[in-house]
Amino acid sequence: MTLLFSAAAPGAWSAAGMIAAVVLTSTTGEVLTAAAMKSIGDLDEIRARSGMAGAIGAVVGCPLFFAGVSFLALAFFALLFALNHLDLSLVAPASASLTLVTNAVAAKLFLKENVDRRRWTAAALVCLGVYLLAH
Amino acid sequence: MPHHKLTLRQYLVLGLVGLSAPLGDTCLSRGMTRLGSISLDHPGTLVAAVFTPWIAAGIVLLIGFFASYLTALSWADLTFVLPTTAFGNVIVALLARFWLHEPISLQRWAGIALITVGVGFVANGPAVTERPASESQKRPEPIAALEEEQVR
Repeated sequence: MTLLFSAAAPGAWSAAGMIAAVVLTSTTGEVLTAAAMKSIGDLDEIRARSGMAGAIGAVVGCPLFFAGVSFLALAFFALLFALNHLDLSLVAPASASLTLVTNAVAAKLFLKENVDRRRWTAAALVCLGVYLLAH
Repeated sequence: MPHHKLTLRQYLVLGLVGLSAPLGDTCLSRGMTRLGSISLDHPGTLVAAVFTPWIAAGIVLLIGFFASYLTALSWADLTFVLPTTAFGNVIVALLARFWLHEPISLQRWAGIALITVGVGFVANGPAVTERPASESQKRPEPIAALEEEQVR
């Protein structure tokens, strides 16, 4: 999507495509990373038991973590690319606030987090707040 | 299951998560706007951008963010950590107002208020929620029954 439209001045569709690319890659990355950290367990306890090296080792030895980081790296370059073509005042609030909502949905679906009414409300409020603040 | 009440240390980690991300992003955007337009025909320029001072500083801050973010995710839910991350935007806006004396529009004050209320909502709840299926056997019966009641 982003590739197709990059040559022209960014129109509404290519802008939406760039933002969607950032949102999708970062949501995937964050859910994978969260799943990895949950499978590893409390890092503070691991560090207390086997030191900083042990904690780093536990994280680096987890394949899910690398999958997550790969997607976060993709998201990072998608963000750099979008920032280069679109205004920060559009990219930052749009991607940050949309990511909050997609993450809440993904956390409920894939991480089986108990996203209750309290957390849905929080996600919606913070989403709107981030948009107002950064716009 | 990890402890549900956060320690002071854990609050400090959450604070670091909140602060380092928006500061890092600000550095990145400063760096990227100083470069000209980058097209996908020359992907090398995107890699070269990493070594310019503002972007390098942004990356260092974001590495600090990532380390504290991972630590937070190891003892808290994603849907708990993310709103906390957003609270960093509020801190940066307030710093801009009272330290750099930048004006804040009414719209931004509204944004600050909404984020603060939203974060207050999750912060009042548990940092880690029980997983419905796999963890329910480990829990004492009364709690499981109570939660089923809430689901209905």
